[in-house]
Amino acid sequence: MLPIVVNVVLGMLGLALVLTCIRLLRGPSMADRVVALDLISTLAVGMICVYAISTDQDVYLRDAIVLAVIAFLGTTAFANYLGKGGQP
Amino acid sequence: MSSLILRTATRYIQPILVLFSVFLLLAGHNEPGGGFAGGLVAAAAYTLYAIAYGVEEARRLLYVSPQGLAGAGLLAAAGSGIPSLLYGKPFMTGLWHEGDVPGFGEIAVGTPLLFDVGVYLAVIGVTLSIVLNLAEEE
Repeated sequence: MLPIVVNVVLGMLGLALVLTCIRLLRGPSMADRVVALDLISTLAVGMICVYAISTDQDVYLRDAIVLAVIAFLGTTAFANYLGKGGQP
Repeated sequence: MSSLILRTATRYIQPILVLFSVFLLLAGHNEPGGGFAGGLVAAAAYTLYAIAYGVEEARRLLYVSPQGLAGAGLLAAAGSGIPSLLYGKPFMTGLWHEGDVPGFGEIAVGTPLLFDVGVYLAVIGVTLSIVLNLAEEE
């Protein structure tokens, strides 16, 4: 049962990743692209967690924690730059 | 950036990040992690503080200058090779001492731990000296 669930969830996350990449490439404004980048890192965190479950290795969860925090930091820095009137 | 939401969140996230970096540093000998990854996470914590409260506040929070941290780290990493020379072994041979700490259990300390702490401090110092100087440029 578990392998089926893992495969289905990874497929859904992959589909979401493709759609987010389309938004990243097409995004009319800079803010759209920043939100898409943030969403990509969140999806990566989800994929790492699913992989940790499927391989039964809890050390992968550390990567998920670090990636979630660093992505938050990156989004904040982008918002800081946009708020100061950076060029799109 | 004067955002109340970011400042309040930073006040909780920053100590947790520093704690997590120390965890990565101590777990690094036997599991994934280590001085380099821990130092980068700690540097990210102080960078977050610098974005939320300004570079001056981040420097005040750090107490010592980033260059001083990098120098102390290099000194600790290089100094971790000296004890093995005193025991007549090749330079940087790992020496371990195992002992019982009351109420905590058995722990092992050794020169590889000192080397990892040196790497940790050096990575924090170098990364922060780059990031804080770049943030002050504007």
